[in-house]
Amino acid sequence: MNSKKTTPHPIGESVERVDAREKVTGAAVFADDIQFGPGMLYARIKRSPHPHALIKRIDVSKARALPGVKAIVTGEDFPGFTGLYLQDRHIFCRERARYVGDPLAGVAAVSEEIAEQAVALIDVEYELLPGVFDPEFGASSAAPLLHPELGKYVVMNFIFPEPGTNISNHFKIRKGDAAAAWKDCAAIVERAYHIPHIQHVPIEPHVAIAKVDVNGKVTLWGSSQSPFAQRSLIATAMGISPADVQVIAPYVGGGFGCKAGLSMEALAVAIASKAPGRAVKLRLTREEEFYTAFVRQGLTAHFKMGCDKDGRLLAMENRFYWDGGAYTEYGVNITRASGYSSSGPYDVPNVSTDSYCVYTNHPVGGPMRGFGMPEMHAGLEQCISELAEKIGMDSMEFRMLNCVRTGDTIVTGMTMHPTGLAKCIEKAAEGIGWGHKDPPSAPNKRRGKGIAMMWKAPAMPPNAGSSAKVRLNEDGTVTVAVGGQEIGQGSFTVAAQMAAAALGVPYKDVRVVGPVDTDTSPYEWQTVASRLTWSMGNAVVAAARDARKQIVDLVAEAWEENPDDLDIVDGNVISYKSEESIPLKDIVVYGISKPNDQGWMGGPVVGRGNFMPTYVTGLHPETGQGPRAVVHYTTGAQAVEIEVDLDTGRVEVIRGVAAFDVGKAINPEMVRAQMEGGFVQGISTALFEGLQLKEGVLQNPSFVDYRIATSSDAPRDIQAIIVEEAQDDGPWGARGIGEHALVPTVPAIANAIYDAIGLRPGAPPFTPEKIYLLMQDAGLVE
Amino acid sequence: MITHRITITINGFAEQVDVPSNLTLLQMLREKLALTGVKNGCMAGECGACTVMLNGEPVNSCMVLAAECDGAEIITVEGLAKDGVLDPIQETIINQNGVQCGFCTPGILISARALLNRKPDPSEAEIREALVGNLCRCTGYLRIIEAVQQASERQLQASGG
Repeated sequence: MNSKKTTPHPIGESVERVDAREKVTGAAVFADDIQFGPGMLYARIKRSPHPHALIKRIDVSKARALPGVKAIVTGEDFPGFTGLYLQDRHIFCRERARYVGDPLAGVAAVSEEIAEQAVALIDVEYELLPGVFDPEFGASSAAPLLHPELGKYVVMNFIFPEPGTNISNHFKIRKGDAAAAWKDCAAIVERAYHIPHIQHVPIEPHVAIAKVDVNGKVTLWGSSQSPFAQRSLIATAMGISPADVQVIAPYVGGGFGCKAGLSMEALAVAIASKAPGRAVKLRLTREEEFYTAFVRQGLTAHFKMGCDKDGRLLAMENRFYWDGGAYTEYGVNITRASGYSSSGPYDVPNVSTDSYCVYTNHPVGGPMRGFGMPEMHAGLEQCISELAEKIGMDSMEFRMLNCVRTGDTIVTGMTMHPTGLAKCIEKAAEGIGWGHKDPPSAPNKRRGKGIAMMWKAPAMPPNAGSSAKVRLNEDGTVTVAVGGQEIGQGSFTVAAQMAAAALGVPYKDVRVVGPVDTDTSPYEWQTVASRLTWSMGNAVVAAARDARKQIVDLVAEAWEENPDDLDIVDGNVISYKSEESIPLKDIVVYGISKPNDQGWMGGPVVGRGNFMPTYVTGLHPETGQGPRAVVHYTTGAQAVEIEVDLDTGRVEVIRGVAAFDVGKAINPEMVRAQMEGGFVQGISTALFEGLQLKEGVLQNPSFVDYRIATSSDAPRDIQAIIVEEAQDDGPWGARGIGEHALVPTVPAIANAIYDAIGLRPGAPPFTPEKIYLLMQDAGLVE
Repeated sequence: MITHRITITINGFAEQVDVPSNLTLLQMLREKLALTGVKNGCMAGECGACTVMLNGEPVNSCMVLAAECDGAEIITVEGLAKDGVLDPIQETIINQNGVQCGFCTPGILISARALLNRKPDPSEAEIREALVGNLCRCTGYLRIIEAVQQASERQLQASGG
């Protein structure tokens, strides 16, 4: 059954997703759905109840004696380190526990209940230590040291730890002379924001099933955005070759970053290594999901910005203290990304930024949709609106005056590539009816509009690569293999669209291989950073063109024609010169017969392609300046209309407008779906979400106490507007959109709240209680 | 643990299953009958991913004991399509791009189907209300709401014409 549209060039067409039918019938396989038979073991984890403690002794003897227990491991068994950018973490903690939930020991048993009972029988003796629960304090010399060995950790060369402190990365920008510019400013705004930790909340909890065979070969099935990174990190931690680690990753039931890098998967592998030949399943409970999976880091951000009397931005001075948590192996790069983007999407001649990643005794910070940008923009975009007001300008006009434009020298010294940011803000303002105020729906309500902009670049090592294979089948259909993951964003669908277009076959004739399997799929760094449409897309196009060249060259030889006169259209090789035509199915596997029965030529066609952005340069460690910090920035803007209920403090988002410059929308409806879904996730973080951490202990690890947006919270209407200013190195000009869609939502809503009630709400979440108390303090309500 | 032998109709077929007293309907469907389209998202009745129809009513199958279901009729996402023909709500959620990661989709489809069975012409507010127990982190809900409205229209046209 297949109702895909037939079109020779499906780029810019909203074709049906390749995974849609599986997903609506319950046939789509997720990691927890894979059947392993009755021999499978179940794992549970003994976790530290203390935020910071020395581990004096772990006694597993009672647990080991429990019938049904098959393996017990502790940190003693696994001395290796892991970490994506900074290797600061063991699989199980050793000697010291650094957050509530830090894994101390793991058990595999014949049932989950027995594994749970065994965990309860593990006896641990702790020596409690004082904790660090605030990043600004953590960065000070008064704070207890959480990683005394920081100076010995293996680290990538663009991360700058400060050994002897809790600062695991200090990224600096020194552009122009901010200190000297303040005297020229006619208006200055200075503000601080404490952005809370939040959780990704994929509806599918983390799950990993590991098996280690007698030769030591590891097979891991998991819900994963990063099968290849996991292969590499597990191999490093276990001291084996990546060739002996196979990661098989079916559809991901929501990732948003928390299933990138390596986290709980290593626990399953470690436990399985002590029960050879048995599959061992570890599945996080929803409660564990809230504080033992990656969380979005907290941020204390200090902004100072000023403009001249005409409203032109002159200077910014930013200090970011990222609450990186117990291990900052991934979070160090969020610190860097927020540093090199710290001007926001503005043209500012003088910028000074210090972005610190700080160890705390909080849950482990990791990548989340936006990678530092939503947290940073939350404050920055409120300051911009405040500064506009102070100098007497409309905040939309202020943004139009100062926004980054093509050819500007941006904060890192890089020249801005073509960008449609100004158009995005115009479209967003137009869509929301900027400058026009509608009356509230009831006398006890106040209505307001707000606008905010954003930019974000893929944050990754400069040499993060992609690869792809394109294989032709007997009937002329095409099988595309990629290592990038389908996490809901539609990567398999755009891979199929691009392969179809680059090769010249109908979209309905393309299949994409799943699940991703590191033994057989082409390499992909990770499914993160909104980089797949662009990077994996380039690899798919290269592979399709490689296959195309093989086919065209073969036919040209057989027809004694020039390859330049041939083309592949709608699954047929055609000649514009001789007007000959032959269907692909006749030649792509069995080749072409030579005249007069003189044998055959050609053979099975397999195209291969790769892509790596070889043009990204390093940045000066003291100034953050360099020719090309990043591959590109996706830019955009959002506007909202809201109402504040004066009786309750409740904020309702009535409607929203989003406009993003995606370069080229390969599948416009999927692009709009990203914009809308991100918008509502942004609304959720603006109004509801925050991990309530008290002395390192999470107070709200459930959906009852940690609320996310439901169907009743989605606005009545979201208008998603696509702007297309082509990216020079993107396939058909495309760049990413997945993460960007939620970056400006928090400040857009905050600015709308100000417009409605004349009070600035500061840091999210803008809960009814917070807004009511704000109004009460200001005398707006009694 | 006491085991109960129950007879239950699942997606139109009668099944006889031996279930321990503490086994949930969700566990029985996924682990004993391999109906893995029913998803496990929280085991606490809070996310709706495990929604199935129990005698026509949408329930969180993690909150129901299998042993209570003797004689019951269950519809799971696997039972929505008939003879390879998709239910209108399955068609419209595809057309509206209301599917992303797909993990909440089975539960949402069941809640939507139960609503349309009960109320063939629901208002937007009624649709939002019917889906309020099904958390979705990807789509932002609007395309799903639109899909339910379209399915309702298709169904009414089909029955009216």
